[in-house]
Amino acid sequence: MLTITDLAVKFPSRFGDFTAIEDVDMVIKPGEIHGLVGESGAGKSTVGAAVIGLLQSPGYIAHGSLTLGDTDLRTLTPEQAHAVRGDRISMIFQDPQTSLNPLMTIEDQLIETIQAHADVSTAAARQRAVDLLEEIGIKNAAERIKAYPHQFSGGMRQRVVIALAICTDPELIIADEPTTALDVAVQSQVLKLIQRLAKDRKIAFMLITHDIGVIAQVADRVTVMRKGRVMETGETAQVLGAPRHPYTRALMDAVPPLDYRIDRFRVPQEEGADFERSLGQKAEDWLLAGVQGAPTGLTLQNLYVRFAGPRTSLFRKPEPYVALNDVSLTVRPGSIMGLVGESGSGKSTLAKAITGLVKPSDGTMILGDEVLPGGKARDRHHPSRQLVQMVFQDPYSSLNSRHRIGAVLEEPLWFYGFVKDADQRKELAASMLALVGMQPDAIDKYPHQFSGGQRQRIAVARALLARPRFLICDEPTSALDVSIQAEILNLLKDLQAKFGLTILFISHNLTVVRQMADDTAVLRNGKIEEIGKTEDVYERPQAAYTKSLLALTPVMQRASFAVAAHD
Amino acid sequence: MIAFIKRYEGLWLFVHSPAAIVAAIVATLIILGAVFAPWLALVNPYDLASFSLFDGLLPPVWEEGANPRYLLGTDDQGRDMISSILYGARLSLVIGLSALTIAAVLGVGLGLAAGYYGGRFDAIVMRIADVQLALPAILTALLIDGIARGILPAAVQQDLRVAVLTLAIALSLWVNFARTARASTFVQMNKEYVQAAIMMGQRPSRIMFVHILPNILGPLLVIMTVDLASAILLEATLSFLGIGLPADSPSLGTLIRIGMQFLLSGEWWILWIPTLLLVALVVSINILGDFLRDVFNPRLR
Repeated sequence: MLTITDLAVKFPSRFGDFTAIEDVDMVIKPGEIHGLVGESGAGKSTVGAAVIGLLQSPGYIAHGSLTLGDTDLRTLTPEQAHAVRGDRISMIFQDPQTSLNPLMTIEDQLIETIQAHADVSTAAARQRAVDLLEEIGIKNAAERIKAYPHQFSGGMRQRVVIALAICTDPELIIADEPTTALDVAVQSQVLKLIQRLAKDRKIAFMLITHDIGVIAQVADRVTVMRKGRVMETGETAQVLGAPRHPYTRALMDAVPPLDYRIDRFRVPQEEGADFERSLGQKAEDWLLAGVQGAPTGLTLQNLYVRFAGPRTSLFRKPEPYVALNDVSLTVRPGSIMGLVGESGSGKSTLAKAITGLVKPSDGTMILGDEVLPGGKARDRHHPSRQLVQMVFQDPYSSLNSRHRIGAVLEEPLWFYGFVKDADQRKELAASMLALVGMQPDAIDKYPHQFSGGQRQRIAVARALLARPRFLICDEPTSALDVSIQAEILNLLKDLQAKFGLTILFISHNLTVVRQMADDTAVLRNGKIEEIGKTEDVYERPQAAYTKSLLALTPVMQRASFAVAAHD
Repeated sequence: MIAFIKRYEGLWLFVHSPAAIVAAIVATLIILGAVFAPWLALVNPYDLASFSLFDGLLPPVWEEGANPRYLLGTDDQGRDMISSILYGARLSLVIGLSALTIAAVLGVGLGLAAGYYGGRFDAIVMRIADVQLALPAILTALLIDGIARGILPAAVQQDLRVAVLTLAIALSLWVNFARTARASTFVQMNKEYVQAAIMMGQRPSRIMFVHILPNILGPLLVIMTVDLASAILLEATLSFLGIGLPADSPSLGTLIRIGMQFLLSGEWWILWIPTLLLVALVVSINILGDFLRDVFNPRLR
């Protein structure tokens, strides 16, 4: 049993000590899965690191106590702590790609770990390793054990990581975002495995995640953290069903539901909402003045994109890799088209083809009533370069970190020749910041001074300053926390309604698309599996692939929790 | 003051790194001495009238038979050692810095373009770079020296010795810049801000120099300091071997070559003093380069 009392961790920095976590209390009983949920910067991983004694230098435990059974974890010498790690406490990391040694077979890694903690012969250790792999559901384990990590799929690799974690019979396993890097189908298998291990082996799990859906699915108890402090803790059903703390409630509200559509997300407190929205009036007028005629739609007909595949012979032409295979779709003017698919399905390639970054091998693209030339055939002054704008996935790389926000925002204004006067450009850019919900004085700062959500707002502002008619959003919220995601989605909905934009909304997240899109297309391996009105696709899916995607997406069981959450 | 230092991480790391502070002081002193050599030096070693053969081979002041006028002694021509090394360092730094500038402009320009355009242009530039790397700097210098002798009239050859040497050093250093700039540009090309600029239809030159260049300056600055040390060493090597500067306009390398003749005859200072200065200069520049690398690459810290 793990007991944490009044734990505080500090990181000394050149600005004095930074308190990462404070007043953290937690008890995890054997066989219990204790969910630790919170947004980025909440300090949830720091709790795990403090327990296992691997706090990143120069962080240190300022006060509080950590006990596992009868052992006080804080008084251990480094050698004793090393013995406890692996033996009594294990860890499962987020990325199975990097937590296994690629140069050692699974067998060697398991035997090494077993022998490091128990004095057994190699043959006995091998037998135990095989048994373990069978237990966690790897078939034909005696043979598969000789393989190297790269010969396993992502989900299988995470199973091997779990086998490594349980091979010493630990009392406690700390799982830090164990399913975040996995596709939904694999995620549900791994979660089931964790649940089974907790029950059969009486292992206590600390399950660290940002995903409330995962918590709802497997956790017995849950602790909600924010900014290094515990907001609320209790039985999962009680915390998610009747949240006592307003933050928990806000967090739950921000999670988009899969089974019905809501108009707007309720957002806890809008970042930087403490100023006059009227400052954005100027930008709004300017945008409306630029709206000529009806909204612009997009039609793709039999689009193919092929890339050169790996060369197999010096003399033979390499087989092409087909990224997009006969894709036809129509984005109706003024509507939002959602595009969903798992990683590698060709979603981003489609966006790149439309914007001219990738040349289609075949097919036609029609914007409004004009055919779009593909790739390099589209010259630098083609009107579509202004009409089509894009909001990218990663707000940390989509803004040039060496340019001030002002320079980033004014670029489209002078580049497209909208505003000749430098002062007016600056004024308009500042007003646009207000329109997307930011302080206008942000204009003199650099991107690194802002959070991910704020940067994404800036990216939206940049796209709007080109006076686009067609906006492509490529996973605009997948790098953001749920509450920030809710804000950005609200913003996009508002802007779309106000300025009659046509939007292609790309996401791997089915719940987000459900909330945003009028029509939805499901993409798999470069082919469209299903396309139709969003309600139809979600309520009455035709393709087997869509059905399985919908079934595997973890959702909070709103039905059982809803009563208290919406009072 | 402390608040000011805390604001900038680089400064904060600097005041906490004794090696970097010592290196910065040494490098600054040598550079200042070189810059103000005409005012600091006792005699002008290029001006035959300012020194006398009668003062030749005097040892430093702490040895017997020294003249207190010449603190670190004199060489066989009667030139004051302090004056010689100040002027020598001046020449070495001028050649090093100009060679570095040429190499950086050439290398960064080609590397950026290779990274941006990729494909055939990239392949051609990088193959040229590979060939360049296969040629030792001395061969490059000999080649350029030979060409210069062949095509230039004899009258200007002497005056152009410095230019020829600089060009030879620059040609053997640009590859470093090109490779680093190309690799960093590849990384930046995948960043979404570059894709956004390409999508907008901005001119390639603007994307390269306004968008990408400021983002790859960090590693390039590190190479600059390390390569400044290489450039100075290279110049010293070439001069030592006699391909570089002649004895009447001595750089540090030339001074060391002259000193070699006295190594076994008891006049050790003629060799040791310029050598020590060269070592101090190069080591301190290298330490500063290492420090800059740490500042720009937090993962190595």
